Amino acid sequence: MLRGLWKVSVSPHVRSNESVEKIMWTVVACLVPPLVLSVFIFGIQTLIITVVSVISCVAVEAISQKCLGRKITVRDGSAVITGMLIAFVIPPGVNYLLPVLGAVMAIYIGKHLLGGIGYNIFNPALLARAFMVATFPVAMTSAWLPPLQDMAIFSYLGTPLDAITTATPLALIKEQGMAAFTAQYGAAPNFYTDFFLGWRPGCIGETSGLLIVLGGLYLLYRGYITWHIPVSVIGSVALLSWAFGGETLFSGDPILAVLSGGILLGAFFMANDYVTCPTNKKGQLIYGIGIGVLTVLIRLKGGYPEGICYAILLMNPVSSVFDNWFKPQRFAPPLPLQGGEK
Amino acid sequence: MESLLTFPKGGVHPPEAKELTADLPVEEMVVSAELEIILGQHIGAPCTPTVLLKDHVAEGAMIGEVVKGLGVPLHAPAAGTIKSFGMSAHPMRVSAPSITIKTDPDAFPRQYEKSDWQPLSAEELLKKVHGAGIVGVGGAGFPTHVKLNPPPNNPVDTLILNGAECEPYITADYRQMLEAGAEIVEGAKIILKILGIKKCLIGIENNKPEAIKRMTAAAAAAATTEYQISVQTLQVKYPQGSEKQLIQTLTGRKVPAFALPSAVGVVVHNVSTTKAIYDAIVLGKPLYEKIVTISGKGIKRPANLRVKVGTRISDIVDYLGGVTPELSKIIMGGPMMGFAVSSLDIPVTKTTSSILFLSEEEIDTSPHSQCIRCGWCLEACPMGLEPKEIAIHVEAGRPEGTGQFGVFECFECGCCAYVCPAKRPLVQFIRLAKMKAKH
Ligand code: SF4
Ligand code: SF4
Repeated sequence: MLRGLWKVSVSPHVRSNESVEKIMWTVVACLVPPLVLSVFIFGIQTLIITVVSVISCVAVEAISQKCLGRKITVRDGSAVITGMLIAFVIPPGVNYLLPVLGAVMAIYIGKHLLGGIGYNIFNPALLARAFMVATFPVAMTSAWLPPLQDMAIFSYLGTPLDAITTATPLALIKEQGMAAFTAQYGAAPNFYTDFFLGWRPGCIGETSGLLIVLGGLYLLYRGYITWHIPVSVIGSVALLSWAFGGETLFSGDPILAVLSGGILLGAFFMANDYVTCPTNKKGQLIYGIGIGVLTVLIRLKGGYPEGICYAILLMNPVSSVFDNWFKPQRFAPPLPLQGGEK
Repeated sequence: MESLLTFPKGGVHPPEAKELTADLPVEEMVVSAELEIILGQHIGAPCTPTVLLKDHVAEGAMIGEVVKGLGVPLHAPAAGTIKSFGMSAHPMRVSAPSITIKTDPDAFPRQYEKSDWQPLSAEELLKKVHGAGIVGVGGAGFPTHVKLNPPPNNPVDTLILNGAECEPYITADYRQMLEAGAEIVEGAKIILKILGIKKCLIGIENNKPEAIKRMTAAAAAAATTEYQISVQTLQVKYPQGSEKQLIQTLTGRKVPAFALPSAVGVVVHNVSTTKAIYDAIVLGKPLYEKIVTISGKGIKRPANLRVKVGTRISDIVDYLGGVTPELSKIIMGGPMMGFAVSSLDIPVTKTTSSILFLSEEEIDTSPHSQCIRCGWCLEACPMGLEPKEIAIHVEAGRPEGTGQFGVFECFECGCCAYVCPAKRPLVQFIRLAKMKAKH
């Protein structure tokens, strides 16, 4: 008879058609345009580095899960995102083996040894970056490439890869002062467009601000992220850079501050990584401001010209604290007399 | 465009799926050869039978009475003889004591005459409501006479009629509003008289424009200076029909945790319960029939059926021409809060508002994974609870600690599990936490 032919499980019996896979692959898709532009800006090796990084991450994820006896979930796309982000935060002139190392650090140590997706405290890609900066400081801070002239990617193909070192705009300002920066890029606002499009030295995926923002806006439109973290990070970086980034108070260039370095990538694709950011909106705002403050502090006072990577890593473990501070607002508390009654 | 009323926090918008049955008028199902009437139909004490084996009973005759505790009497849904006292399959309790009636195929349906209720006092009306065995026909089945008799220290000023019907698929209340609008409004007047108040708000979701139109007309036709009855249009959002959310939407008042609506001066009744009150008072007809929406791609002929309490699902399936090969899951109630059933022997009770025969494509059976901390469940929860924390604690074997995340305020609406991209069975974890944390 019919008995037992159908399924019995608990409510709700219908589910939204969102899934972890869908979210992750959408994020991957949003990272593709900045990558493509990066290939045009820096040449084909950025693509090679990214592919190496992605393949390493997926492989390390599969191997880690196999070794730890977990279900293999490489198809959910989260390792692909990590792979892309690792590539995005390294200079385009590094050795191709560097991202392999980064992948092991990010996925095996940063993700799986700490409990797997949902339990890792630190953003794996940024952990990898911090690790690579510590182990290969020279490559990570000097293997920059200047943007190619006039779509020179095609003439570039086949030429041997020499890291043509050149300072990133932030390093230039930090090491040689504003005068050297102006000498190379001109005075504001002439360089804004170049910077916004990504026509400047920098990490592989960081420079194309326009496409990063477009990707971020698409994620906002899909409801996968909310405005809280991007706005609080970018807003606080801009405000503090304007206030304290210049020779005198309130003479800094907030636009330059936001367009240089990895602020936009960090704000849209790293600081708001679900697993490592607070889940409460109020907590997210404070968290984003914390990242902004630390970024500007590191930029102005620290040894590195770039700050957002460490700022996010420093704030990551505080996420759960914010979640404990800011609880969702309960519908209505029990009446005092009946408190605790069930 | 006018802005529609709704509750401010949480909620989801599952596909409405009402088109399968929305345009089907209520159809009278033939009386089954046997009816299994569960003695405990609702929250509160079960009934004790007042009939003996082989007794002949008339339609509407009392067959069970509450001896002790909170409850309402039971009536024979059709004329017949008492065949047995036994156990029936039950969607929530596995099995429950019941009375089986062998119906008399030659009996004519009993006819009821209208009578004037105006001269009756509030106490007399209340007694009749109790005597007719009325419980809330939409949800858990709270005895209606208790709701109509709020504690004296909480003065009530507003009656809300719940016509939201926010669960997908179900169209029973909708059809009731289209076909018995005047009776519902009359029922509202009876309730207002019992409560001794004037104001009644009828909340209907915006996806039922026809119901809004008919109910507005019915309310206008019945308008007197004595009663203020008005229809309020609500935004389509699940769980708009939840009592607390509805009260907040329509009055801005928040019912405190573990308190009754009367604590904020409100009494809420479902529109179909109100119709049952009309039947009881004006016609003298006890509650022993239900309008049940039978829907989903797994049934040959979806319908809005008027069925006798005690009708087995199997009889309904036979009456509607059987199931389709796509059938994958059978649910009593809506897809958000209903119970999946494992047996077709389960009989309809006073609180059954739908039986859904869903196909594989209509349900979700994807496996779940670890929480990715997206926070969507926190956003979706209309009660401001922390489903993700409750689930993590239960998984880690610490259900006792979940009270702090509000596990006892959860009414299992399912919004959190609906949105979770990791497909975590959050409601299941919450139920476990409730069971374990109590003991
Ligand atoms: S925790 Fe309970 S009340 Fe909140 S959304 Fe989940 S099921 Fe609904
Ligand atoms: S919706 Fe699911 S994955 Fe997201 S936080 Fe809640 S339980 Fe975790």
